[in-house]
Amino acid sequence: MSAIAVIDYGLGNLHSVSKAVERLGCEALVTSDLAEILSADGAILPGVGAFGDAMAFLRETGMDEATRAFAASGKPLLGICLGMQLLFDEGEEHGPHQGLGLLPGRVVRFRGEYKIPHMGWNRLQFRQESPLLEGLEEGHVYFVHSYHALPAEPLDLIAVTDYHQPVTAIVGRGNVTGMQFHPEKSGELGMSLLRNFLRLAGAPAASDNR
Amino acid sequence: MLAKRIIPCLDVKDGRVVKGVNFVNLRDAGDPVELASLYDREGADELVFLDISASVEGRATMIEVVRRTAGEITIPFTVGGGISQTDDMKRILRAGADKIGINTAAVLNPQLISDGARRFGSQCIVVAVDARFNPEWGEWEVYTHGGRKPTGQRALEWVRRAEQLGAGELLLTSMDADGTKDGFDLALTRAVSQSVGIPVIASGGAGRKEHFGEVFREAGADAGLAATIFHYKEMTIAEVKDELRREGVAVR
Repeated sequence: MSAIAVIDYGLGNLHSVSKAVERLGCEALVTSDLAEILSADGAILPGVGAFGDAMAFLRETGMDEATRAFAASGKPLLGICLGMQLLFDEGEEHGPHQGLGLLPGRVVRFRGEYKIPHMGWNRLQFRQESPLLEGLEEGHVYFVHSYHALPAEPLDLIAVTDYHQPVTAIVGRGNVTGMQFHPEKSGELGMSLLRNFLRLAGAPAASDNR
Repeated sequence: MLAKRIIPCLDVKDGRVVKGVNFVNLRDAGDPVELASLYDREGADELVFLDISASVEGRATMIEVVRRTAGEITIPFTVGGGISQTDDMKRILRAGADKIGINTAAVLNPQLISDGARRFGSQCIVVAVDARFNPEWGEWEVYTHGGRKPTGQRALEWVRRAEQLGAGELLLTSMDADGTKDGFDLALTRAVSQSVGIPVIASGGAGRKEHFGEVFREAGADAGLAATIFHYKEMTIAEVKDELRREGVAVR
């Protein structure tokens, strides 16, 4: 059984995402132990909260280096929501903050005369081929965010959604991937996207085990 | 563009679903987790649990329900009922709920909205408002304590204040329409939608599938909530969504 590290850096609720991983037939290790993270078959960087707080905590605990080392190992890494945003070079939530720098680009606040946060079910539009999208069709997933990522490299952009502009929804460069929405809260399509990620970590192509 | 949401509401007392639910395909029709999971599979976009337990033990049971639900379903869910402190919110969010609904406690102590929003983010804080038309005023009045107590507060003023304090969403129940099955309260929902910039969930009065399209198109609601019609299988979520698609409303 593939073991997936769900990186615990003290923010947010990791229960739903780890349960989703288990339902898809993998072992979920909610952990802040560096060795445990590095020995996992895949890792998920979740995230709720503010960019600066999250990066400060990752740095304090050495988990920023662990995440970078994990990414360098070539094993699949998935950032979810704020976790996806942290993969980029820089975020501007409450002032500029350096991110993990695994993907080139910045994270900026929505600006305009529309509802912020972008919250609810919105439709994915696929932009690039990716193993994450294998066998899937465009559909709705669940978003909650006030900041969005602007990848510097268009080829890293796998899917977008439309919220008064094209909004980064799925990114990926090699083994480093991210989803702005919550796949664990996005119905069947969300579970299928998560399953495709877990497959990259060696999980069998099993169906949802619930 | 965001899809309009269809949200079933489950009343839960001491860990059991209240209201005679009779689903043949459930092993335990009174188990809120099983019912939640069924609604998830049927295409519900979100769920609301309203805890109507009166006892401390009943509330403790709810935490377990939340934890089990979070492990089972693949859509967001809100928990409301009897939450009066941010520590209560923390327990429920940590157990896996996505949002917290507050009603009476927010009216009695509006700071609860700002405290909750600051601590957990506005997106977690749903302010539930029970409103009834007051003919003397020519507008709607806020009621608390499950609709038993008039507050003397104007609904349109209250929703604006709730938004300013950091509410992320409003769950608006029309006491006039509730139980009638004549359709959502379009006038109230429209007035509230036009007063705030946060999403409005319309509740009370759904009786036919056409009622959802009405409240989305004509009253600016972002979501429609119903309990009885779904629990008693008067219509399925899929039927409501098919009708909305036919009417050109974006749904998941």
